[in-house]
Amino acid sequence: MTVVPTTGTATPVAAPVKRRRLRFVANPKATTGLVILGFFALIAVVGPWIAPYDPSGRSSDLLQGPSAAHWFGTTHLGQDIFSQVVVGTRSVIVVGFVAGIVATILSILVGVTSGYLAGAGSEVLSALSNVFLVLPALPLMIIITSTLPETGTLTIALVIGLTSWAWGARVLRAQTLSLRGRDYVEAARATGEKTWRIILFEILPNLTAVIASGFVGTVIFAVTLEITLAFIGIGAGSDWNWGTVLYWAQSQQALAQGAWWWFVPAGLAIALLGTALSLVNFGIDEFVSPRLRGGGKSNVKTADGHTVRMRVGFTPVLATKTRSEGRETP
Amino acid sequence: MTDAVLEIRGLNVDYGLGDDAVHAIRDVDLTLHRGEVLGLAGESGSGKSTLAYGLTRLLPPPGVITGGEVLYHPDGGDPVDVLRMDHATLRKFRWAETAIVFQGAMNSLNPVHRISTQLTDVIKAHDPRSTSASRLARARELLHLVGISADRLDSYPHQLSGGMRQRVMIGMALALEPKVVIMDEPTTALDVVVQRQILRQLVELRERLGFSVVFITHDLSLLVEFSDRIAIMYGGRIVEEAASADLYRDPLHPYSHGLLNSFPALRGPKRELTGIPGSPPDLRAMPAGCAFHPRCPHAMERCGVEVPVLGVPGDRPGPADRTVACWLHPVQDNGL
Amino acid sequence: MSYLLKRIAFYLFTAWAAITINFFIPRVIPGDPVQALITRSRGQMTSEAVQSLYVLFGLDKDASLVEQYVDYLGQLLRGDLGLSFAHFPSPVTQVLGDGLPWTLGLVGITTVLGFLIGTALGTGIGWRRGSWADALIPVTTFVSSIPYFWLGLIAIALLTGPDSFFPASGAYDNGLVPNPDLEFIGSVVRHGILPAFTILISSMAGWILSMRNMMVTVASEDYVTVAHAKGLSDRRVMVSYAARNALLPNVSGFALSLGFIVGGTLLVEIVFSYPGLGLQLYQAVGAKDYPLMQGIFLIITLSVLLANFLADVAYLALDPRTRREG
Repeated sequence: MTVVPTTGTATPVAAPVKRRRLRFVANPKATTGLVILGFFALIAVVGPWIAPYDPSGRSSDLLQGPSAAHWFGTTHLGQDIFSQVVVGTRSVIVVGFVAGIVATILSILVGVTSGYLAGAGSEVLSALSNVFLVLPALPLMIIITSTLPETGTLTIALVIGLTSWAWGARVLRAQTLSLRGRDYVEAARATGEKTWRIILFEILPNLTAVIASGFVGTVIFAVTLEITLAFIGIGAGSDWNWGTVLYWAQSQQALAQGAWWWFVPAGLAIALLGTALSLVNFGIDEFVSPRLRGGGKSNVKTADGHTVRMRVGFTPVLATKTRSEGRETP
Repeated sequence: MTDAVLEIRGLNVDYGLGDDAVHAIRDVDLTLHRGEVLGLAGESGSGKSTLAYGLTRLLPPPGVITGGEVLYHPDGGDPVDVLRMDHATLRKFRWAETAIVFQGAMNSLNPVHRISTQLTDVIKAHDPRSTSASRLARARELLHLVGISADRLDSYPHQLSGGMRQRVMIGMALALEPKVVIMDEPTTALDVVVQRQILRQLVELRERLGFSVVFITHDLSLLVEFSDRIAIMYGGRIVEEAASADLYRDPLHPYSHGLLNSFPALRGPKRELTGIPGSPPDLRAMPAGCAFHPRCPHAMERCGVEVPVLGVPGDRPGPADRTVACWLHPVQDNGL
Repeated sequence: MSYLLKRIAFYLFTAWAAITINFFIPRVIPGDPVQALITRSRGQMTSEAVQSLYVLFGLDKDASLVEQYVDYLGQLLRGDLGLSFAHFPSPVTQVLGDGLPWTLGLVGITTVLGFLIGTALGTGIGWRRGSWADALIPVTTFVSSIPYFWLGLIAIALLTGPDSFFPASGAYDNGLVPNPDLEFIGSVVRHGILPAFTILISSMAGWILSMRNMMVTVASEDYVTVAHAKGLSDRRVMVSYAARNALLPNVSGFALSLGFIVGGTLLVEIVFSYPGLGLQLYQAVGAKDYPLMQGIFLIITLSVLLANFLADVAYLALDPRTRREG
């Protein structure tokens, strides 16, 4: 990673957009996250074809541990858990992304509008997002979904998307408020630019990182919520997802029977997907605020052989000789 | 000439390590004498703030000091090298001997603590046996010194105006009666009227208390008025150093000349404002030879090849205590 | 003070919004699941109980929406949340009364403790940036991505068993009668340790990460550099200058994510069969006990709002800029 001086003493060089974008991809955290995410996305697409068994299909291998035939073992009905996890990936990814997209669109609409427009309308929108923010999501989802006649993957995704936009809206509102006062926005307004043009071309491009990070955050939230709902038996009808696997494991007393393989793979898959999404978000955070970036090497060797950690407040001294020879011409 | 209180010798500061390192300060020699105001001027990126933070070892990562000495001469004692101190010694040394007033007055105060807390904690840290009553009395005295009424002790920073906050910072800098006060653009964020009030007060305080000041700014006209001597920095090096009157009357380095013409003089004859064409050098890709030669109206072939050495100019002989690093004014051979 | 009044107004508004949502959801969604349940248990319910459910779920088609709403609010004010089907014939309020203390004890204590410990650890890791402590970051990221309930399952699988000190379920030994004596309290503590640690570990991870990032950001603020320049002790700079400021966004983050955290902790109760609101919610979902579900939603929402308000008061005490005194 290149080290960029963080104080104002060195002239900041305006990096072209393309280079900045490359730097995001070059971020090791973001790359790792994207690779894992890509892996799950691939499974989500091809899952039903590569699964060795029908996830609901019963067999005579009841409650078997992992073996060559059943990598993750079998359930009390002889169903192949590996196939359940692989096939269930699609539902998880679909809910995550559909809910993420719905919530992100809503959060942009509410957040940017309430941030850009002043007055009572703005206050009402802001209060609305705060209300949605403090309402406990899980119980709310439960009373909504339990009264719905049908709770397929898409319904769950839509309900999550429609209820979880508030966080993004709040962040976007704050960002828009600060952007609104910037010189170039003021200038655009002064020259009589239309409001929608200002929002579209002056405000939104500067919110890209915030929107992206809000989207990823919502995907994490939605995935966790879907799995949690499935675990307590909501939306566990026809579609397999990782939460459904855990629901059956719990309701069939997998623990009491020592069938650890029933719940370990699905849980690890959730944690891995969550980690991947968090890594992408760390990448975005570090991209936006360079202070968070690891400074590459953080330990330096001094002239007398000690290793000193670079830290705020005590600049390391590498050598105390009075003159540095051989550095006259760069 | 008075004796030295702070001597910087061959200071080198990098940002980063190894081949990626940016050389922000190169071989800087500078002496601060007792009781004087030394001005440090240059465009942003010239290294003047890095120099100030570097000599107190307050540069944030990835800043590293790659060489040099910073000698502090205590009253009647042997000089000590700030760069060789361990953390505990450095902690004791800080503020007691050299205090700093930082660039952004707005952000220098901790927003969650009262002014009194921030004035007294430094006294307590350096004199743990002091009583809280004596510390509070001292804090009151310090506020009085900078012209703020004592009932402001209970205020939080956000309740003070920008000018007041900067005064508090100056008062805080004087808490332990240091010999050296470093001021990094202390008035840049303030409006002109407040700026001048504070500077006048500062001059007064210095005369009363006798500390030395390193005054950093990009506003050379301000320095001409308030400082005894001025050092001009460019591309991480000092390119000219002279008494302020000499520098104002007869700048030798073309860069100093350009800087002087970038700001309207507050007093004295009017000059035509011309500024300097081009922009400060990219520290990551410094031009060969004299760093200023791509922007210099008088550049010669030699300027693009050899780095000029800082020394007494051969064409200005005499007792004038001034140095310059420019091939237009080559260094005297015998004068050193 | 106006800050506090504003917040109180906001929470009252939100409470009203939650109650109204609760009123509308069964009315806008097609199907009358409650009607079916009432029909099934006909003859066992008093006519008053049936009437109360009619008001709660909008089954009284003759009344206008406004009338229904007024009746509904009036019934809530009397504390009548209807009868629970799963715990027939107990009223919902009585069922909630049984579960609430356990949830408050378990979730309340662990949530606050998780925040405090996580913040303290994040402070240290953020301050010693670049040291070995940074190696904890990937671990905490991974842990914070694990659903609470799954971690509970793992804890049960690994740590409980016939010979284990830790019981796998319940809040106290079945043979005991709830009494404030030493044996009962000991049993409660023993049953509480595993669920508590599950919640602590999962909730701590998030606070470690956010506090660490805030510390890194705050460490390059001018006032921290000034604190170093003043020669203050490392501890004082870290605690009183850096952490004290980094704490502020973490506290408001705590307030905002309470609703989310409480959701996660309720799941832990399910896994450990801990007799709090979470387990009751789980049973209510299984038994389609709509009155109980709605009652739990209301009581959890109100508790979260109250906790939010307390967090606001804490923030007020911590950040002088929110106090307007002159």
